[in-house]
Amino acid sequence: MAIRATHELHKRRLSRNVGVAGLLVAMIAVFFGLTVAKVSTTGAVEGFDHVVRPSLLEVSE
Amino acid sequence: MSDATIIEQPHDAGFGDYVALLKPRVMSLVVFTALVGLAVAPVGLHPMVAFSAILFIAIGAGASGALNMWWDADIDAVMRRTSKRPVPSGRVAPDEALALGLALSGFAVVMLGLATNLVAAGLLAFTIFFYAVVYTMWLKRWTPQNIVIGGAAGAFPPMIGWAAATGGISVESILMFALIFMWTPPHFWALALFMRSDYDDAGVPMLTVTHGRRLTRAHILVYTLLLAPLALGIAATSIGGPVFFAVALALNAWFVVGAVRIWRRDEAMAEADNFAVEKGFFRFSLLYLFAHFGALLVDAGLRSSGAL
Repeated sequence: MAIRATHELHKRRLSRNVGVAGLLVAMIAVFFGLTVAKVSTTGAVEGFDHVVRPSLLEVSE
Repeated sequence: MSDATIIEQPHDAGFGDYVALLKPRVMSLVVFTALVGLAVAPVGLHPMVAFSAILFIAIGAGASGALNMWWDADIDAVMRRTSKRPVPSGRVAPDEALALGLALSGFAVVMLGLATNLVAAGLLAFTIFFYAVVYTMWLKRWTPQNIVIGGAAGAFPPMIGWAAATGGISVESILMFALIFMWTPPHFWALALFMRSDYDDAGVPMLTVTHGRRLTRAHILVYTLLLAPLALGIAATSIGGPVFFAVALALNAWFVVGAVRIWRRDEAMAEADNFAVEKGFFRFSLLYLFAHFGALLVDAGLRSSGAL
């Protein structure tokens, strides 16, 4: 049978664990939001992967 | 001895104790002034970047608070006002406070640098160094001018906010720095006048202890007189506006009046009404700072809406 008695100590530990979990979630949200903001304000990204990129070709008149 | 006392760990802190380690009340002032510094800058930032910048500045401020509590645990234990702090009360171990302070400092500086620019990150790093090392470790216990120089640490946030937006330093950001820098001494010396026994017991060389209360009153007046033209000077720069000018005029007039009243009192008069004037001046000094930066925010809002 599991021990069911809760000590005040357990409450403090729970508050710490919940707090750290909340911080981690918040940090993920901030990093994601920051990434979206940075990528969307950098300007258009050329999506030419493994194909010829017209902008890299030398201009031939 | 009951079972409970055996498993009771002195270092088993709740989450709130770690939050208290970051000095949330000081942090609120830092968040506000940094936000104003960022918002009044002529360069607009993506809202998410601006939010992150404020967040990392706040974390950096909290980190320096934790470092301060790690170093000052011995004095904090003696002073009534600070004896309930996490480290002196035994809820958080000193090593933990140090580790948290160092880790958050590094995190905040690196993240501010990545989110905005290196000037802002450099200023934040310098601020943490200045508060934790120059003020806490060196000046606080050594010179009665500790408040004056330590005030510089609290004055940096609007400069960091401005640098986060613009990537540089300018007259405007230096004047915002100067406003808080010159405001800090009268603010804290007024506190020291009516919280006197605390600093005496801890042996911190406050001006009230080393040079007497008469001279402290004179110092409050001098700094307040020097502060007024600086505050009004902001009105003449690009971030000033009619709202700021009106607010600055009224608040500085009242602040100088309060300082003159403090200067004209002696200890017998102060004891007689239980430091009513000093306490009033201290409370007003908080309003003074919030109102100045609030007015800058209002003027910035008016400008961006096209009303000015």
